[in-house]
Amino acid sequence: QAATVAVLDHLEQLALVDFRDTEGVERLRKAIQFADQLQEVNTEGVEPMDSVLEDRCLYLREDDVTEGNCTNELLKNAKEKVEEYFVAPPGNIPLPKLEERETFLKGS
Amino acid sequence: QVSAALKEGRVTPGELCQRCLALIKSTRFLNAYITVAEETALKQAEESEKRYKRGQPLGVLDGIPVAVKDNFNTAGIETTCASNMLKGYISPYNATVVQKLLDQGAVLLGKTNLDEFAMGSGSTDGVFGPVRNPWSYSRQYKEKSVPKSHSEDEESNWVITGGSSGGSAAAVSSFTCFAALGSDTGGSTRNPAAHCGVVGLKPTYGLISRHGLIPLVNSMDVPGILTRCVDDAAIVLGSLAGHDPKDSTTIQDNFKPFELPDLPDVSKLSIGIPKEYQAPGLSSEILALWSKAADLFKNAGAKVIEVSLPHTRYSIVCYHVLCTAEVASNMARFDGLEYGHRSEVNKSTESMYAATRREGFNDVVRGRILSGNYFLLKQNYENYFVKAQKVRRLIANDFLKVFGSGVDILLTPTTLSDAAPYMEFIKEDNRTRSAQDDILTQAANMAGLPAINVPTALSERGLPIGLQLIGRSFQEKQLLTVAKWFEKQVKFPVIQLEEVKRHNHDVFQHQKSASFS
Repeated sequence: QAATVAVLDHLEQLALVDFRDTEGVERLRKAIQFADQLQEVNTEGVEPMDSVLEDRCLYLREDDVTEGNCTNELLKNAKEKVEEYFVAPPGNIPLPKLEERETFLKGS
Repeated sequence: QVSAALKEGRVTPGELCQRCLALIKSTRFLNAYITVAEETALKQAEESEKRYKRGQPLGVLDGIPVAVKDNFNTAGIETTCASNMLKGYISPYNATVVQKLLDQGAVLLGKTNLDEFAMGSGSTDGVFGPVRNPWSYSRQYKEKSVPKSHSEDEESNWVITGGSSGGSAAAVSSFTCFAALGSDTGGSTRNPAAHCGVVGLKPTYGLISRHGLIPLVNSMDVPGILTRCVDDAAIVLGSLAGHDPKDSTTIQDNFKPFELPDLPDVSKLSIGIPKEYQAPGLSSEILALWSKAADLFKNAGAKVIEVSLPHTRYSIVCYHVLCTAEVASNMARFDGLEYGHRSEVNKSTESMYAATRREGFNDVVRGRILSGNYFLLKQNYENYFVKAQKVRRLIANDFLKVFGSGVDILLTPTTLSDAAPYMEFIKEDNRTRSAQDDILTQAANMAGLPAINVPTALSERGLPIGLQLIGRSFQEKQLLTVAKWFEKQVKFPVIQLEEVKRHNHDVFQHQKSASFS
């Protein structure tokens, strides 16, 4: 349950964001501690609330195409593209395991 | 007032625009603006002038210079969210609220500074540097501050604007625009409004479209409105509110823009004073001011009663969990592929994503993403995320109960104290600060209620203090009516900006009491 190195490593992979240094790890530990205060509240029989607008019906429109055809606009902000494609480096290559990564967590 | 002046031809949109642009240049040290769209603004002003000459202005907002927080998409203008991740990102579209302002003829002067991705309560954590509170340079503040030594004068003494919409608040407060858009997720519009002495309105969740507002917490974000008086806020609200098919979280009810009565009557109202808002750390000055305000209402015949919102103290913890969880999800879109910063690392998609995000986000953002992901882990989901959602309902129910018992409006402080000096503020980290500063504003976001900061008085240090009014869902008309009454009672002083006065005597004179209504 606690923030073990395994959990931290897992988080780095899930979030694709690194802790960077001890401060980062401490920050998480403090955040968890802070959030633990929630356990003091009695929520017996209380339903979780997703949205304050839960009592209303969502607006649904007709399934008609009303806009689009803005390929050029959308491609403008991409750094690497070829014709109408965004170009990504090769996929399906997992991130290196903890031992091989350039991460601060290696030392812990 | 300015709108009437435009109609009568006493001043032209072009002149107004020029003056504001000049003022922006001379107040550059405030660092309120990230991007100034000089060319487009002048063009918009030109178009507006043509319309006035034909006697066909689009409305009250035609020709009025406005500023927009840099987390709203603005077509053709860089939108950065004060982050390296979006430096150089030119929006291909206008956020709905921006489009609405432009459709009314407003002149967009530029994008204002904020905390990176609107995370923070000081407007100090963006990559373009902190925003300085214009009141740091006011005669009122300088008169009350004792310089410690000759060299340590105003350079180290300046105070923060609060956040995260600090740039917008500073822009309105320093007269560089007549209205500005901010965003409010935990108090981000009301907090800087209080510190900068301007009106900050957080509308009911679902009233104003979020389409184009780069999201932080989808279930709590709202666009915020910052102006120099309540009437102006009502006007801007009137042009922005309403259903947007592009934002399915906007309600479908027909919204009717309203005008506020000149002489509001509060004698038939019931004002609630939530006792839990006397939070630890609340300055005695503000406590006294709050009490005086309650008396004002009492003397006008309103019923003023103490009420209880028992789950108030858990609101900040609940926010912490829900916010980080939604942030973790919302920030996932920044991977370098379609827009924004992209790392040079090319070994694999995942490593490119990881490197891009390492390079693009600051500590605060990364911290929240990691915390959020932690709370969303399978083993933690029930105990943290779902638990927080349950607490959220309890908090929302607290308000329902109070409003259901006959209370019309709640009166609370907005901040715990007046604006802190920057050097003091940065001694604590962002999360601690946010937890402390958001305490009074956060619950309104949890429950989706409308809330407004009204500048009330100056503190002993000569800095603005504001009080907050919270209303019932979608009852903005009542909320703003009460706010306007309160504003008239307290007669908050005009800021006396010295430096600026020296350079732009004419501009200042004209705009000193300038509202556009």
